[in-house]
This record gives sequence, C-alpha cells and structure tokens, in this order.
Amino acid sequence: MSETTPLPETPPASALRIALRTAAILLAFTLVFTALMAGSYQLTQPVLRATAADAKRRLIAEVLPPADYDNDLLADAIDLPPTAELGTTEVTRLYRARKNGAPAALVFEAAAPDGYSGRIGLVLAVRADGRLAAVRVTQHKETPGLGDYIDPKKDKNKAAPWIAQFDGRSLEDPPAAKWRVKKDGGVFDQRAGATISARAVTHATARALAWALAHGEQLYRLPAGTAYQENRP
Amino acid sequence: MSVYREIAHNGLWKQNAILAQVLGLCPLLATSTSMVNAVSLGLATILVMAMSNFAVSMLRGFIPHEIRIPVFILVIASLVTVVDLLFNAYLHDLYLVLGIFIPLIVTNCIVLARVEAFAAKHSAGLAALDGAVMGVGFVWVIGLLGAIRELIGQGTLLSGIEMIIPGTHALQILPEDYPGFLIAILPPGAFFVLGLMIAARNWLDHRANERAKARLHAQQRLQTAP
Repeated sequence: MSETTPLPETPPASALRIALRTAAILLAFTLVFTALMAGSYQLTQPVLRATAADAKRRLIAEVLPPADYDNDLLADAIDLPPTAELGTTEVTRLYRARKNGAPAALVFEAAAPDGYSGRIGLVLAVRADGRLAAVRVTQHKETPGLGDYIDPKKDKNKAAPWIAQFDGRSLEDPPAAKWRVKKDGGVFDQRAGATISARAVTHATARALAWALAHGEQLYRLPAGTAYQENRP
Repeated sequence: MSVYREIAHNGLWKQNAILAQVLGLCPLLATSTSMVNAVSLGLATILVMAMSNFAVSMLRGFIPHEIRIPVFILVIASLVTVVDLLFNAYLHDLYLVLGIFIPLIVTNCIVLARVEAFAAKHSAGLAALDGAVMGVGFVWVIGLLGAIRELIGQGTLLSGIEMIIPGTHALQILPEDYPGFLIAILPPGAFFVLGLMIAARNWLDHRANERAKARLHAQQRLQTAP
C-alpha cells in the first residue's frame, strides 16, 4: 500500500493481483465515502423537510396574505399534471385557500417559456372572485440589471415594483385583449431595453388566470391529495 | 522563514490561487458579481479546502499512487456534498444565496491542485493550514474582484448583506442616479477586472524585485569601496 515504491521486478503473474488490490482499495474508498454522504443525508433530512415547508409557506405568503384564509394550505393541495396553458412540464402542486370553508383562492405555479433567456417560473394566487391576488417570479435567467426587474427583489423601484401592477387585476380589468405590455398596445408597463421579459410574464399570467377561471370550481371540489385530471366530469 | 510563514506567504501572495496560479476561474466568474456573493463562496471554499487537505493527508498512506486522482476527486466531491447538505439544513438563509455555488466548488481545480501538490506529501496539520490559507488567498482576491465589479456595475457595496445579516443594508457608494455599468456585472467584466488585478500584482512584484536588487548592489558597492 505504499504510495511511490517502484514495483520490484514483478513476475507477470502478480500484475493481476496488484490490479485487483488497487481496484479493491478504490472500491473501499467509494464505499466509505458513499456511507459518509448517505449518513449526512439521513441526518439532515428532517431539518431539510421542515425548511422546505417553511420556504413554501413564505413563498405563498408573498402572493396571498395569511389573513385571507384559515385552512391548512399545505395540506389542502392537489397534484396538477403538466398543463400546456400553465406552461408547466412537470407535475406541480396546487393549493386551495379557504376561509370559513368557502373557497378563497387558488395558489399554483406557472411558467413563461419565452423569457429572454429561457423559462421564467411564476407562482400565482387567484382569488375565488377571479381577481389575481398577486404573481411572483420564482426563477428566471434574465439578464442581471436589465431584465431581472421582473423579480421584485432585483427591481430597483422598491416602492412600486414592476410586478405589483398585476395585483388585483382580473380578465375583465383590463379586458383580455389588453393583457399586453404597452408596447404591444396593452395596459401593462415594460421597462426600456427589456420588453421581452415583461411580455413573457404578462402573457403567461394572462394564460394562467384564464386557466384558473375555466377550471376553478372543479379544482376546489377535488379531495385533497388527489391528482387533477383534465376533462374529468 | 519558518514553514508556517512560508505556507502563509505562498497562499496569500506568492502562489496565490487566482493571481499567481490563475486557477478556479469557473466559480470566480460566476460568483464575483457582488462582494457578498464572492466572499460567501470564498468562505465555503476555505472550509472545503481545509477539510479535503486534512482528509487526504490523513489517508495518504492508504492511497495507491496509480489511483490517487480518482480517490482525491471522490474525497473532495463527498466533502462538498456533505457541506452542501449541512449548509442547507442549518444555515438555510445563506444556502439560498450560495446554494447554486457550493457544487461549483467541486469544479474549482485549486482544491484538487492543493490536495495533489501539498496534502499528499505533508502531515495533516500543515495540510489543513495550507488548505485554509490557500482558501483565504482565494477569498481576498475574489472579494476584491466582487467589490470592484459591484461598485462599477451598480454603484453599491455589500448588496445582499441583509440576506446574511438581517437588519443591515447595502452601502450606496456612488450617487443614487448612477446608471450602472452592465459589462462589469457580466462575465467579460470579470475578465477585465481580473486581468488588471493580475497586472497590478505583477507590477508590485517586479517593483519589489528591482528594489531588492538595487539594495544588493548598494551593499556590494559599500563592501568593495576602499
């Protein structure tokens, strides 16, 4: 096991033995370090799960104030299959907020596939009356300092961040045809030099809002923990 | 010079990971867009380098020469994974800022370079010190680079500090209406600034050499004078 001792004139027969021994040592190292990683994973798992739930609650609180519902939001969820209208390509969760048992809002994810540099992930809360409580960007790769104002944390205008103009809007306010950025003849602002990011978010929000309106009743009715299927009676 | 001083001098200046060896450019470019990001990644790098140097030095008697590189990579990757999990579990707010960068430490060839060049040949204590000091050498350069890029790019310093220390806030150095200078934030800006920093280091070294030479000459002249 010495590291640099040159092999003395080894008879060819033992070359195989050396190779086998080296392989066994490598295997032993692999096993030990895999065990180390598996151990830390097991150790940190409960904490990780708690922080993930916490982070989810905080994210939801950004689009829907906790005072607006009184049910256990994280438990009252259903699975959504990949949905073209939402731009989702994986199974996502939809949370149903209720107040005194009556539907209050739907919280779900959507995505704009046509950002300036790829997909823009969104989370939306749509109230039972069809108004958008708020929309937030959860992930994006827009140019720093140019297109990343769609994320209020990066928006230089802290008092009235760009994305806040969607708060309280519905498909009647403005009418669906006006759900565009001003440059395209709509009512929503865009910032100079980065229209594509704004346009992508605006259109994705409109599509998601329309989807929630069309399927809302059914979504509130499904038992928690089940998977939603399109065209279900 | 004592061995400790030599290790420190090598790590911080003479063999500085970035300025002298120009290693680890991938995480350097990705994370030096702001000072807080840069220093945070640097601190995680110190931790990983000290740990991996220590571990490899402890294990060096068991590692056959022929398979040392795969074993080193295994050690480094495992340690980074463990650090990643621990950060995620116990320093979650910091993890949200650094999360995507921690796996990048694996791609930082300075870690493998120190393990191979130093830890495999020295005792565990010296190896851990070398890893930590090399890490500090990485931190001060990446921190300075991040500060310069942030200042030129956005006119601020320490933006994002509130995510690490709640209640604090970024310093607005340049006037509020500073329009920003985008290229400093983009990867080319990192190359420009880094190039200037390396040039500055070379110039300082060159000047120090010239002075040492001049002093030597002066002494010789004194000695040969009648």
